[in-house]
Amino acid sequence: MHFGIFTVGDVTTDPTTGYTPSEHERIKNTVTIAKKAEEIGLDVVAFGQHHNPPFAASSPTTTMAYVAAQTERILLSTATTLITTTDPVRIAEDYAQLQHLADGRVDLMLGRGNTGPVYPWFGKDIRDGIPLAVENYALLRRLWDEDVVTWEGKFRTPLQGFTSTPRPLDGVPPFVWHGSIRSPEIAEQAAYYGDGFFSNHIFWPASHTKQMVALYRRRFEHYGHGTADQAIVGLGGQVYMAKNSQDAIAEFRPYFDVAPVYGHGPSLEDFMQQTPLTVGSPQQVIERTLGFRDYVGDYQRQLFLMDHAGLPLTTVLKQLDLLGSEVVPVLRKEFAALRGPGVPDAPTHESLLAARQTEPVAV
Amino acid sequence: MTRSIVVVSAGLANPSSTRLLADQLATATDLALRGHGDAADIIVIELRELAHPLADHLLTGFASGALAEAIETVRHADGLIAVTPVFAASYSGLFKMFFEVLEQDLLRGKPILLAATAGTARHSLVLEHAMRPLFSYLRAITVPTAVFAATEDFGGTGSGAFTERIATAAGELADLVLGSRRAVPSDPFEDVTPFDQLLKG
Repeated sequence: MHFGIFTVGDVTTDPTTGYTPSEHERIKNTVTIAKKAEEIGLDVVAFGQHHNPPFAASSPTTTMAYVAAQTERILLSTATTLITTTDPVRIAEDYAQLQHLADGRVDLMLGRGNTGPVYPWFGKDIRDGIPLAVENYALLRRLWDEDVVTWEGKFRTPLQGFTSTPRPLDGVPPFVWHGSIRSPEIAEQAAYYGDGFFSNHIFWPASHTKQMVALYRRRFEHYGHGTADQAIVGLGGQVYMAKNSQDAIAEFRPYFDVAPVYGHGPSLEDFMQQTPLTVGSPQQVIERTLGFRDYVGDYQRQLFLMDHAGLPLTTVLKQLDLLGSEVVPVLRKEFAALRGPGVPDAPTHESLLAARQTEPVAV
Repeated sequence: MTRSIVVVSAGLANPSSTRLLADQLATATDLALRGHGDAADIIVIELRELAHPLADHLLTGFASGALAEAIETVRHADGLIAVTPVFAASYSGLFKMFFEVLEQDLLRGKPILLAATAGTARHSLVLEHAMRPLFSYLRAITVPTAVFAATEDFGGTGSGAFTERIATAAGELADLVLGSRRAVPSDPFEDVTPFDQLLKG
């Protein structure tokens, strides 16, 4: 099972000090956090893509290449790559290029984005959100799977005899996850291709996640990729920890109360009960996280959001120390012990390459 | 057969004249249904009790606890009675918030009786100029007779005509409920669109 973190890359004022990091500082902090993730033994770090303030994260593959050059082992992913407004040709090229530089330590998660005006800024119509995700991904698959592509669709200029370069590393494209909160079409898409499905999970009630994952698993089996419990599922999580749970709540509350996504709304206590947010001791985080399995089944990837709402870098790094030393080692052991037989691991470049090499070759 | 009649009342005080009117409309609807050999299963949603979850929903994008239950109750209603006090020349903000958080098409085709209360009869066109367009937008089927109650309608010489208007409106709601097919809420997680169809665009 993969454990990791995901970051959206927001520039947010620390409400306890009034300090706002510069974009430069935020970008460099993101790199520091990613390197820390490797140091504490995490498997994945995932970066966001946004095209508007307060985010400083418009070019995930640039950041990922930089991090790849300074790390050895950690897998680099996205949360999310915008499949609606990014040209699928650029996605095919950028991520293949990155695969080569990072020696295959790359996968990606596709999402539709959540800021309306990004669509018109990139010449698209938000009402086409789902059709864009469907057509663009169908093209992206062909650009990676076929050397020469002739294509015509609705949303971009046709391609005649086009080869996306560089070709994917070892002829194995990066593994793709499809992320969505409430759109059944995206769970259906992930199932159709036999790709991974990632539920953001945080910020909303677990019932949403349960429904979407159940749909994805059922349709994964329907399309013949394996049994429902062999489908590849990832979940988000959001935690803030201290040795003593009362300290965790006291420290996190000022950030929670004014956080960009849910601030000024429900109380911290209500929100913890309504969503997977866990603020407490490492033991509480372990118990809550193990409980996710009760409603999604055995899953392959758990990403935590650790660095939003204006938390300063020093706090985030301390949180990561707790995550790496007290939480993830226990989760690894416990999840492995609970895991049903025949449940696959999250695919990596190595596993996909090995699978390809054992496939019968058509003559 | 029992029909589910859901009353949405946006009165703030207790006792509230809005709730008083809502109860009279509900009783009259039950009576009208009984005239056809049916009966009403009346469920009242007091929006005052949902004020906090409604404000939270605006900020978080999801319905929690009692609000989620209220939305499910409306989803399964055969008919609705919606009653609001008039504030600043329209329905109250609380009333609007509830109908804002219902997902698209949840009210489509549902019969709904509109009613409002205010201190004087000067505000009565709120029914036609504010409430009816809202529910037309939401694709509900509004009952032709809407009911307005000023404070004076709860007593005095005109109250006979007021009672008659309640009976007329309730009778129209009952007819629409009896005439409409019981809407089966569709579940997008069960009736999924196959991907081949999505690929065709």
